[in-house]
Amino acid sequence: MTSDLPSFQTERSSLWQPNRQLSKSIEMLVKIIFGAFAFLSVITTIGIVLTLIFETIKFFKVVPLWQFLTDRQWTPLFSNQQFGIFVLLSATIMTTLIAILVALPLGLMAAIYLSEYAGSNTRKRLKPALEILAGIPTVVFGYFALLTVTPVLQTFVPGLQGFNALSAGLILGVSIIPLVASLSEDAIYSVPQSLRDGSYALGATKRETITAVVIPAALSGIVASFILAVSRAIGETMIVTLAAGQNPRLGLNPLVPVQTMTSFIVQVSLGDTPAGSLAYKTIFVVGMTLFLITLVLNLFSFWFVRRFREKYD
Amino acid sequence: MTVQDPQSMYGDRLPSEEIFVPNLAGRYKRDAVFAALALVCTWIGLLVLAWLLIDIFMDGAHRLNWNFLTSFPSRRPDDAGLLSALVGSIWLIGIVALFAFPIGIGAGIFLEEFVKDSFWENIVEINISNLAGVPSIIYGLLGLAAFVRLMEPLTGGRSILSGGLTLALLVLPIVIVATREALRSVPDSLRQAGFALGATRWQVVREHILPQALPGILTGTILALSRAIGETAPLITIGALTFIAFLPDGPFDAFTALPIQVYNWIARPQKEFHELAAAGIIVLLVMLLLMNSVAIFLRNRLQKVR
Repeated sequence: MTSDLPSFQTERSSLWQPNRQLSKSIEMLVKIIFGAFAFLSVITTIGIVLTLIFETIKFFKVVPLWQFLTDRQWTPLFSNQQFGIFVLLSATIMTTLIAILVALPLGLMAAIYLSEYAGSNTRKRLKPALEILAGIPTVVFGYFALLTVTPVLQTFVPGLQGFNALSAGLILGVSIIPLVASLSEDAIYSVPQSLRDGSYALGATKRETITAVVIPAALSGIVASFILAVSRAIGETMIVTLAAGQNPRLGLNPLVPVQTMTSFIVQVSLGDTPAGSLAYKTIFVVGMTLFLITLVLNLFSFWFVRRFREKYD
Repeated sequence: MTVQDPQSMYGDRLPSEEIFVPNLAGRYKRDAVFAALALVCTWIGLLVLAWLLIDIFMDGAHRLNWNFLTSFPSRRPDDAGLLSALVGSIWLIGIVALFAFPIGIGAGIFLEEFVKDSFWENIVEINISNLAGVPSIIYGLLGLAAFVRLMEPLTGGRSILSGGLTLALLVLPIVIVATREALRSVPDSLRQAGFALGATRWQVVREHILPQALPGILTGTILALSRAIGETAPLITIGALTFIAFLPDGPFDAFTALPIQVYNWIARPQKEFHELAAAGIIVLLVMLLLMNSVAIFLRNRLQKVR
């Protein structure tokens, strides 16, 4: 009887003998490795900024900033080089403007329909359908804009050329509808029901409640979704490259070929521009301009949401 | 007559009348119009989607055959295929998954389980939401400078590896956010039970939290991968070639990918190449569809009933 006890004890002790020091060391190691992984996203940002800044500084040593901002021509690939960024900027602004005119009303109305009118079953089917739209690669939208939408538009828009900002902007707008719709819908959906009930109690109809109570209450989220959509439209590349053409031209005529900032970067990347040449540096300068614009928009959106967010409890 | 006539005091209308218009019938009519308009706006997007899909299918379906999938690109449209692009895309998926999954999931675990509510979490969080707003072509410029130029001896210049790494950086924020959301949905009681038994935080995460969160993480990461497959601009920027008539031997070879090949075919003037582009798009969309169904399947399969 007594001889059993020690062996039983040793068995127990062999079962429960955790190496705490080892566990702690492993935990430390895991923490360091995963911490480094998390820090990689910060390094990515630093990498982007450094990449753009280095080449930008080299560029502005050759081309004065003043010339960059005031030239009315953009010809970095010709022997007579001119660098007027507003030529590319005007095309980017134009396609973005058209896209927003499409995506803003359609996206917002879709958001209103999904959260206020649609039954839960309809909602369950329509939302994933809109998400499919968001998952379609932009090169596919580019194909559609260039080879299908432009010929259709040409039948009733006189003077519309094969490459144009109009169909690029329209399809760009369609491609960002899901973004506006789903973010606005989240904002509208989170407005508490008591606000709507209060409005109904005062005798307002459903539409009046939506336009006078729900939309203002969800405004910060809706505006944030708009800003994100603008920033997406500015940075979008394949639709405008394929459908709007490669013709740098100052002005806001949507019927003729234009070149946006992103499609200039594509044009140079596809060509055989030697690394280190001025044209090569130019794509980084255009990238910097693009980065700064989207950064300012993002920061504004953060500030706006924090400043104007309505809190309900 | 000391009592003033309210009509004269407020002009010809009472202020309340301006705000409250009791014309109920008219207001209901306007309501109906508004509701109809909202419905129409929702459907416009979906109808354009349907138009796009039908249009591409009509254009490209007759070009789809075994020959198209197994031959190299060619100057003769009838011989052209997208084998090199297909293989290139599969290579890219592999490399993106190899780098983005462990790094993104590790970073998500670190932020959600180890440094919750700290200075570091805030920094990385702000940084990630900023990165989400950076246009993808900027990532291409980063890839060009960092992987193609700076690390040329390691990556082999304009190679599959450079392309894969660039796309991995692009989808990393999506993977991190998906991981964090999945981890957040695991109940805290599970963690506390683990700690009560004397497990370290890593042991709790590895043995209990991660298996619970896995379906959510997998779904999110596969969606991130399908985003990477469709990306064109960053690959063009780092210099993916468009005409490749050989299969890559390894990650250091030059490459092309499905969206690049499609772009190349669209950019040509001949109608035959446009049909090839449409056929290529169908292959691309089928691939995306397959990946999304895998994501949904995994979610349904692994999600345990709580």
